[in-house]
Amino acid sequence: MAREWRVAKWRPRRTTMLAFAMLAPSLLFLALFTYWPVLEVAWQALHNQRKIGGPQVYVGLDNFLKLFADSAFRKALANNLVYAFGTVVPSLVLALGFAMALAKSNRVNTLVRALFFLPVLIPLVAAASIFLFLFLPNVGLLDYHLAKLALSGPNWLGDPDVALYSIMGLTIWKNAGYYMLFFLAGLQAVPADAYEAAILDGAGPWQRLRYITLPYLKPTIGFVLVIGLLNVVTQVDHVFVLTKGGPSDSTNLLLFYVYQQAVESYDAGRAAAGTLVMLALLLAITASSLRTLERSFGEREA
Amino acid sequence: MSVANREISPRLGYGATLAIAALWMVPFIWMLVAAFNPESVGAGMASLVPRYIPTLANFAEAWGSADFPRYTLNTMIISFGILAVQLVTVTLAGYVFARIEFPGRTICFYLFLLQLMLAPVVLMVPNLVMVAKLGLYDSLLGVMAPYFASAFGTFLMRQAFKVIPRELEDAALIDGANVWQRIGFIYLPLAKPSLIAFSIVSVTAHWNEFLWPLMVINSPDLRPLTVGLASFTRGAEGAQAWGVIAAGTLLVSAPLLIAFALFQRAFVNSFVSSGIK
Repeated sequence: MAREWRVAKWRPRRTTMLAFAMLAPSLLFLALFTYWPVLEVAWQALHNQRKIGGPQVYVGLDNFLKLFADSAFRKALANNLVYAFGTVVPSLVLALGFAMALAKSNRVNTLVRALFFLPVLIPLVAAASIFLFLFLPNVGLLDYHLAKLALSGPNWLGDPDVALYSIMGLTIWKNAGYYMLFFLAGLQAVPADAYEAAILDGAGPWQRLRYITLPYLKPTIGFVLVIGLLNVVTQVDHVFVLTKGGPSDSTNLLLFYVYQQAVESYDAGRAAAGTLVMLALLLAITASSLRTLERSFGEREA
Repeated sequence: MSVANREISPRLGYGATLAIAALWMVPFIWMLVAAFNPESVGAGMASLVPRYIPTLANFAEAWGSADFPRYTLNTMIISFGILAVQLVTVTLAGYVFARIEFPGRTICFYLFLLQLMLAPVVLMVPNLVMVAKLGLYDSLLGVMAPYFASAFGTFLMRQAFKVIPRELEDAALIDGANVWQRIGFIYLPLAKPSLIAFSIVSVTAHWNEFLWPLMVINSPDLRPLTVGLASFTRGAEGAQAWGVIAAGTLLVSAPLLIAFALFQRAFVNSFVSSGIK
């Protein structure tokens, strides 16, 4: 009896120790570069450094007040909302369209799929280097060819009313092919009989889309929305190359604003407060989609 | 039967898709045409039809004005160095989440989930402080360290391990195999497709990364390709040397584009399986 008791108690504890030993390398790096930085940034946001190397002074919510009083920050926040909505939705619709049109596997479609996927593979800064010339006034790719049609374009990156939309064009170009892959995979799950039955019942293409394709693709749409939204908060390489947030902050996005505060203004407190606002947004996006994420990463059936 | 082999969009939609595909190619076509153009500067650079005898002069100039071989080496060290460590950490953590029941498992799972949304670049300011504290500022290791643990890779490996029949492991256990032997001889060989998928996605992501290395690296000779290209572009932009910029961009993009051309199916599958199951 005594021995059985020992085995029963001892083995689970040994298993627990093994589990934590195997998780230890991951948890170490997560602690160093995720958990601790989150705490650090929360602390930083409540403190200010009056001079470089000087002591950290507690300032309460001062950094947040200054942050929201800064028109550049409010502009970046508003820009990020426009940018998020204006890139994720069009990319998603395009991606769905591409996937449906190219669902049939044949030589041509495989090639066209690859063409849409190419922008995913090149670095965002490389895409930005190309688009720098695309948007160049007068002699650039767009203006040169518009002129041939006797049209003239706006100042793509120089006009504060246009620049953000130009950058959004690059983002859509870069991401639509990526999302297309998820829809191509999702379409595999739609049973062909459903379409056949619908056609027999006289359903037109729009009805088939509305009542068969979209309901089956609902989880995919949710997933693409989440990764799309996470992407628009975390990618600003193109802003760096194309506009540096200008003209007059019209293309500034949250992450780039934080970068400016940290690297150009050395305002650690404000950068930290800005980071916390981003974290709150990312948390909101993830929390609202926890079900989709859990389904994707499969904790539930465990 | 799936719809994969049936036409599910009207002909009009197909035509529109092909037209958009042509439009999607324009930036690439321009890059190719401009990169081989003997007149790198001036009007006419916007032409999409090569009306010239191709030259490698732009490549020579780009190659000479920025240290691309060194940038490439740095990028390779970063991408493959991250991958090498990740393969160990995600295999171990993936095995735990797939096969071991222990108290605290759910909490650990959510702790990992937290990293999925917090890309290290979002935490760049505190992460930079951490990197400096560890004495890794301005080093390639400083660029790599925040990525050594990967929640995404862990979940991917967990999925792969979960579908492997437990009986295989039990049989090995009876034969006296310890946990490392079971992972090494049963789990890893059977999870090879997932390992490859994760490797492709990881290398692609870090090959293309820009802002975080820009923060960590100060010395010009430690720059990765992306940071090198950005500063190179800034220099050439002032000179309006668009042919040279196109050549430099092509040089930087070529490795992954060539890899994609060679292993297209693996790339596509890996990006899809990085999504949902």
